[in-house]
Amino acid sequence: MEYLPNILFAIALVLGIGYFANNVRKLIRNIKLGKDVDVSDNKPQRWKNMAYIALGQSKMVKRPIAGFLHVIVYIGFVIINIEVLEIIIDGLFGTHRIGHQVLPESIYGFLIGSFEILAVLVLVAVIIFWLRRNVIKLKRFMKDEMKGWPKSDGNIILYFEVVLMCLFLVMNATDTVFQGYNSGNIISQFIAPWFDGFSEATLHTIERTAWWLHIIGILVFLNYLYFSKHLHILLAFPNTYYGKLTPQGQFTNNEAVTKEVKLMMDPNVDPFAAPPEGAEAAMPEKFGASDVQDLSWVNLLNAYTCTECGRCTSECPANQTGKKLSPRKIMMDTRDRLEEVGKNIDANKGTFVDDGKQLLDNYITREELWACTSCNACVEACPVSIDPLNIIMEMRRYLVMEQSAAPTELNNMMTNIENNGAPWPYNQMDRLNWKNE
Amino acid sequence: MSEQLTVPTMAEFMAQGKQPEVLFWVGCAGSFDDRAKKITKAFVRILNKANIDFAVLGAEESCTGDPAKRSGNEFLFQMQAVTNIEVLNAYEVKKIVTACPHCFNTLKNEYPGLGGNYDVVHHTQFLKGLLDDGRMTIEGGQFKGKRITFHDPCYLGRANNVYEAPRDLIRKLDAELVEMKSCKSRGLCCGAGGAQMFKEPEKGNKDINIERTEQALDTKPQIIAAGCPFCNTMMTDGIKGKEKEGEVEVMDIAELIANAQDL
Repeated sequence: MEYLPNILFAIALVLGIGYFANNVRKLIRNIKLGKDVDVSDNKPQRWKNMAYIALGQSKMVKRPIAGFLHVIVYIGFVIINIEVLEIIIDGLFGTHRIGHQVLPESIYGFLIGSFEILAVLVLVAVIIFWLRRNVIKLKRFMKDEMKGWPKSDGNIILYFEVVLMCLFLVMNATDTVFQGYNSGNIISQFIAPWFDGFSEATLHTIERTAWWLHIIGILVFLNYLYFSKHLHILLAFPNTYYGKLTPQGQFTNNEAVTKEVKLMMDPNVDPFAAPPEGAEAAMPEKFGASDVQDLSWVNLLNAYTCTECGRCTSECPANQTGKKLSPRKIMMDTRDRLEEVGKNIDANKGTFVDDGKQLLDNYITREELWACTSCNACVEACPVSIDPLNIIMEMRRYLVMEQSAAPTELNNMMTNIENNGAPWPYNQMDRLNWKNE
Repeated sequence: MSEQLTVPTMAEFMAQGKQPEVLFWVGCAGSFDDRAKKITKAFVRILNKANIDFAVLGAEESCTGDPAKRSGNEFLFQMQAVTNIEVLNAYEVKKIVTACPHCFNTLKNEYPGLGGNYDVVHHTQFLKGLLDDGRMTIEGGQFKGKRITFHDPCYLGRANNVYEAPRDLIRKLDAELVEMKSCKSRGLCCGAGGAQMFKEPEKGNKDINIERTEQALDTKPQIIAAGCPFCNTMMTDGIKGKEKEGEVEVMDIAELIANAQDL
């Protein structure tokens, strides 16, 4: 019976990490449903982007208040998790505060002291975050796509963090051995007196309870990630690495179209000749995207990375002027549809069975797609290099090239370009008339 | 008005066996839109004054394909691009200047992948270059002390990170450059990009150009400077909508400089 806590701990750890690993596998499988794109170029720049944008939070701080608070929570999260290492060792081997035994007292005290200060700072930041969402009601958190689950999700994450930080501080405050060191209890020494009247045994029970709830809370939170927008804490890193390196204005040229156009322009090609063997296969089955499988895997990684902060939407000119388009919704829809497709695959033993739905129309409406000015404000605003514009453009390509479903005025414009080389019905021979006017 | 503009074509240069220093890509708006033609002519006046050896394609120029591409018609875009590239490559064009950020972006970024590799600059960058090389001088003249705000075209600014060239030129006019609430990388679109120019906007509570015009008017400018013929149209319409035509003018950077030089 002596080893019961150790065994229970090991089981909790294996279950927590195992279930998470299983979901990560699913996540990777779903992302790989996207089309392949070559992102193997310019590795030094990619590492640099990851270091600056994800690790260094360089784009977060463009909005100073949210940026500053986020940096606190981010540093808090990273550093306080060092403590988890000690908890895991203690839990598995039945030691108590192993760090104190292996590290010099001053270093251990310094570490725990900084964790305690950070815990308080995180608490303050998280409370301000909660106020911004629920009391101040910042506009970008109140948009249509933020109703229901996304709103709850945002708050649940904040509650998790409040509870975890409180448990950490209570655990330290009621740990009589730790308080006895009188080093590192920089915050908890002020909490300890709250428990003054308690017996040694009660204190121990509270301390153990807080300790267990803390580590179980962390494991539950870890597994909550997959079901939440909070996945960004992991995916921000690959996402910034695979982010666009070319100028924002540069859209990709579709290679299949290039082949076709070059063939048409080649005077040596016999237009009536039968296509050579395999030429059919070289053409993509469809142009553009109507569902998640038509998008690239980077688009899909983008969708899972989005944490619904809404900076894109608040910068979007269409959204600012009351149009339905919201770049954040484009990302959320893509993710939700991808999840639906993933569940479909799970339910059908590994193959996708047509469910009569798709990303276009069932999630993203044409009205949203046609409201985009392609101004790149959303791309610029994203703190983790998500590119909603790319998805919008892929879907427009589908609408125009597969369905000929452009708005009438755009069809007129394109007919003009085809016939006289300008979006308006003017004769190409008149292009230089301005010279003599 | 019959002023004397010298506008040689590439065909004329070729007939003489010569190459111009730079090709001026006029663009569809610059060729056909009445407002934008004035920008084209102002730019040509500056080029003439500075004795720049330039040429245009004239009737051999065609739409770059930008509005087709942003509408989703990749096929039409590439047809346009490949046709234009054939013409440009046949003339062995090395350097292109254009007063349209949409042409600029497409020629600079999307043509290389299709075999068209040129040194492409926006006319504000080109003019800044002339100034830096001492081939052109700007004096404040009529714009001295005037409040001018610059509207960043999306396809010049965010799309290609050109923020300073137009601003440097405005400063050279001894004007007071005032920035809007959203400027540079956070500049608000005029509402014309992504082929919106050619269609009615989707339903909303305001037109984008009105929102942007309001931001511009908040700076109490005498002139709203633009660097794109489409932004120019949108902002001009916005000013009309706000009934401020009498007080605020929308002008291209090229027009500012040409006027400052009394051209």
